[in-house]
Formats: sequence, C-alpha cells, structure tokens
Amino acid sequence: MFSSLNFRIGLFLAIRQIKRSNPWTTILIVFVMFFTFLNLVVVSGILVGLIQGAVDAVRIHYTSDVIISNLKDKSYIENSSEIINLLKTIPGIESTTARYLDGVTLEANYKTKVKDDDKPNIAAASVVGIDPIAEDKVTNLSKFIVEGEYLSRGDYDQVLLGVYLDKKYLPIDSPGFTALNDVGPGKKIRLKVHGVEREVTIKGIVKAKVDELSMRVFMVDSQLRSIIGRNDYNVSEISIKLKPGTDPNFVRDILKKSGVDHVAKVQTYTDAQPKFIKDMIDTFALLGNLLSSFGLIVASITIFIVIFINAITRRKFIGILKGIGINEKAIEISYILQSFFYAFCGSVIGIIVLYVFLQPAIAAHPIDFPFSDGILVAPIGGTMLRIGLLMLTTLVAGFIPARMVVRKNTLDSILGRN
Amino acid sequence: MIQIKNLMKSFKDGESEIKVLKGIDFKAEAGEFIAIMGRSGAGKSTLLYQMSLLDHPTSGEIIIDGKDTVNMSSEERTSFRLTTLGYVFQDYALLPEMTALENVALPLLMQNISEKEAYEKAIEHLIKVGLEKRLNNLPGQLSGGEQQRVSIARAIAHEPKILFADEPTANLDNESSRKIMDIFKELHSEGQTIIMVTHEVEYSKFAGRTIHLDDGKIISVVNV
Repeated sequence: MFSSLNFRIGLFLAIRQIKRSNPWTTILIVFVMFFTFLNLVVVSGILVGLIQGAVDAVRIHYTSDVIISNLKDKSYIENSSEIINLLKTIPGIESTTARYLDGVTLEANYKTKVKDDDKPNIAAASVVGIDPIAEDKVTNLSKFIVEGEYLSRGDYDQVLLGVYLDKKYLPIDSPGFTALNDVGPGKKIRLKVHGVEREVTIKGIVKAKVDELSMRVFMVDSQLRSIIGRNDYNVSEISIKLKPGTDPNFVRDILKKSGVDHVAKVQTYTDAQPKFIKDMIDTFALLGNLLSSFGLIVASITIFIVIFINAITRRKFIGILKGIGINEKAIEISYILQSFFYAFCGSVIGIIVLYVFLQPAIAAHPIDFPFSDGILVAPIGGTMLRIGLLMLTTLVAGFIPARMVVRKNTLDSILGRN
Repeated sequence: MIQIKNLMKSFKDGESEIKVLKGIDFKAEAGEFIAIMGRSGAGKSTLLYQMSLLDHPTSGEIIIDGKDTVNMSSEERTSFRLTTLGYVFQDYALLPEMTALENVALPLLMQNISEKEAYEKAIEHLIKVGLEKRLNNLPGQLSGGEQQRVSIARAIAHEPKILFADEPTANLDNESSRKIMDIFKELHSEGQTIIMVTHEVEYSKFAGRTIHLDDGKIISVVNV
C-alpha cells in the first residue's frame, strides 16, 4: 500500500485538499483535536496531580528530601548530635531541621469552668519542639500562619496551634477528632507532657494541607527539651533539604553506609510515602487513563465522521481520480494524511498550551482542593505516548471511511449512482 | 487498436434485468475518429464506459491494443486507463482544489514522472489547447469552455492510444463547442484515435465514421 509513488501522489492530493478547503472547517477540526489532546493529557494529569500535589506538599513542608526518624522501639534518635554534625559534612545538603516530638494533652478555658464536673475543653495532639529559623528554612512553616505570628527563637511559653486542634476550623464532633473551643492567638492553654503541666500562650494558628502541620502544636525546641527532660539532645526527627540536582537516594545511602540506620530510620521522601499513597497515585492514573480513553474514542469517531462526510461528498471526485488512473491506495493515503494533519496540528497546539501556559499556571496557582493543592502532572514521556495514541487512532479513523468510499464502483461514483 | 465482440451490458432493476447493450461488434483502427450517435437511452454512453474500462460488461470481449481488458483486475484497469486511454467527461470533471496546471499534471505524476517533467508536459498541452494564460487558475475561475479544454489537455497529456469523449460539447455554447471540435480535429490530424459520443449531427461530421445505436444495437455505420 505504501509505495513511495502512492505516498507522493497521496501527499500531492492531501496538500491541495487542505489548502483549498474551507479554513473554518479546518480550524474547527484542529480545535476538536486540540481539545482531545488536552482531554487525554489534562484529565489524567489533574487526577494524578490531585494526589501528587499532596505528596509534593508533604515533601516540601514536612519530610523534605530525606528524613531521619526514630526506630519503632525508641522515641528518639540516639547520637542525634553526631548525626547532625555528620550531615554538615555531606555534599549536596542545603539545610536541616531537627524536631523533638512527644504526645501532649491540651486544655483550654480551664479558668472559666463553672463546675468541677463540667466537660473539660481538651484535645490530644503531638507537640513538636523546633528551631523556628531552621524549620522555616527547610519547610517554610511560617507561610502557613493564618492567624497571629510565627515563632521566634526566644519565644518562651508560646506555641503555634494546628487548625485541626481548633474547633473553629474543624467543627467536627466525633470521638476521633478532639479540638479546642474558643481558642486563638493571645489565648492561654494548658499543656500536659509527661505529667508536666505548663500554661502557654497561642502565638499563631497553622493551617496547611499537610496533616503533620495542621494536627500538631509547635514550640521552641529548647523549651520542649527541658519539659520532657531530653538533656541528651536526642531528637525524634531530622528533615534534610538537598540542593537542587542532588539525588536523595545518594544521600540516604551515604547515611546508611555511615551506620546511621543502626540507630534511626533513614528514608527518602519516596521511601517515607505510605503504600496507600502509592496505590492512590496508581489508581488515579488508571482512572485518568480510562477517562482519557473515552475522549480518544470520541475523537476517533469525530475524525471518522469528518473524513466520511468529506469522502462521501467528494465521491464524484474520487471516482474521477480513479477514472483518470489515480491508484486507489494513493487516494486512501491522501485521506490518511489529512487525518494526520488535523491530529498533528491539534497536538502541537496542545503541547504549546500545555507546557507554556497550562502547567506553569497551575504550578504557580495550584487548584485548591480540600486536601491538597492540585497540580497538573504531565511528564513528557507520557504526553508523547498519548500523542502517539491520538495519531494512531486518528489515522485508523481516517483510513476506514476513505477505504469505504474509494472502494465503491468508479462509474457509480462519477455518475452519482448508489 | 480496439475491437469489441458481442458486447452485452445489463443492469438489475429490482427483480428484473434491463439490457442496455445487446451484442455490439465493433472495431476501430489506430488514427480513426469515430462518432457514436443515437437517441437518448440507446446505449451510447454505456458503450463508451465499457470501451474506456470505466465499467465492466456483462459479457463479451474488449481488446485494446492487443490486450484483453475484460479479465483485468481493478488495479490493472486503473493502470491501463492511466497509461493507454484518455477520457473527456461531459461535465469536465476537474478537481476543484487544483489549478488547471495541477489537474493536467496529476495523471503524469501518477506515472512516476518527475514533478518538473510533469509540469513541463502539462504546460505544453495547456498551451496546445489555448490556455497559456490560465495555468494557475482554479476550475471555478474558468469558463465552461476553458474547463473543457483543461479536461482535454489532461486527457491527452500522457499521449494515450485512444481518446474517449462523452458528449464533450453538451454543456457549452456554440462558440466554445466549435473551439473544442477544432481541438479534436487538430488532434486527429496528428494521428490521435478518437471515439466520441455526441448528439450533434454537425459535430459528427468531424469524424471519419459515425456509428448509430438504437436500443442497444448498432443499426448503421456511416463512413464520411
């Protein structure tokens, strides 16, 4: 079928048909192909981006690129100071933040209790001791302050409260969710850690789509350390931010070779992802592909109809072409090439819109989903594969109707007989 | 050049069968100009379609240039039309999205001639039919007579052994018709074999032989 002569004549016919067809019809068909391309890429891209946004947020604002955390049977990392000193010598590390973690009970409005048996305004949470400056450098924690102010190194008896601990932001009345009533910046609450009670003032409210930020209480590390008696300076977590281009696996492996994994869990952000997140990403990708395939079917039917109508209305001229000796294959190739042209143009415009406008715009202004900032995930390899699929489907969708019409009797076509 | 033996052509009309050609025997030598005449429904155009391989006869033989064409495959027939036959349609049958030059060059390109040579030959034949100033015009920009001349140029550009013409002047005014017939006359004088269907007695006189058909049979042959 694809002899070079037939291809040459097919191309000759296709170019002239496209050049001299109604420009608005051409634009419309290319438009359909463009939207089909976007449907193929953007639907699955947004679905995957929904989860990827959450994953990226956890990486950027909590685990960072590599996270060292306590082993299961310990509540702290042994020899933390040595590990922190070791981190200073490893190339590719931009900054680190070390955190003390413990369980805490919070109580609010204890001064305004009328009777002793009134239901206490309490909540259970995790308290995190941080160096505010180091923490902000690694995770940008300060950008999530929605009320009040961020912590300073010298802040004593002051805390940041995660929104999930404030009933104003989480009005859910359920045994699984404990939150405090009537709290906010400037209000005092009571912390109880390891049996030690401390009255503190809420300096700010933290609201993020990362649960580890929104469900915790933050205070200056030196104060929490003294409360929980961690005089050995052993921390519970160390998040490590790497310089751009540094491979997290490389840093993880160096730490493991240095024996850090004997006293702590050393993970990249990928290692630290719970399995269900990976499963969700795969599930959403599958769902996206399924939805996109419907779009592909619609596109192929569209092209089929367009080419079929074109060929049927030009049946007489197809008959004339055959009558003057033009090979059927050349005529079929001309329609295949026209289909290819529409799909190609739609895809090129789609690529430009996607990578020059859409993806950067969504990256700069993520879609505000309740549990994540949704981004558009469109890796080049995946996009090229989808373009390939679109091209293939379009070529077949263009070939079939062309073949149906070209095969009709030559004279019947010329004379318009059925 | 072309020999037809006992040619039959029938069409199915529901349950019944309509016989259009009822045993045509006919022979044309190289260089002849033959006109086929008859009233409407006599089978003139049908006969032309069989001879030019645009249609399949129900039975009979059509031998062109020594080749039995009835048993050729569809692809062979297309190729034979491309290289050996030329056809001028009643309604010009030009491709609307191609210029006059491109319409004439297309069959030449299909013969695997280089684009340069194809266009040169196309220009040569368009000049021959008096259209040197209309090479880059689309069919929609040409008059009926001009379109028919482009059609003739396309039909003769590859120097076919036989040129078939189906009522080439039917849609033209007198002046344009005259010009078309003058072109046929000149082609014939150069040795082109022409078989033409016409209603016009005046134009049948350009031919050396006129065949009269009626009810699917040859009823008379008049040599000029």
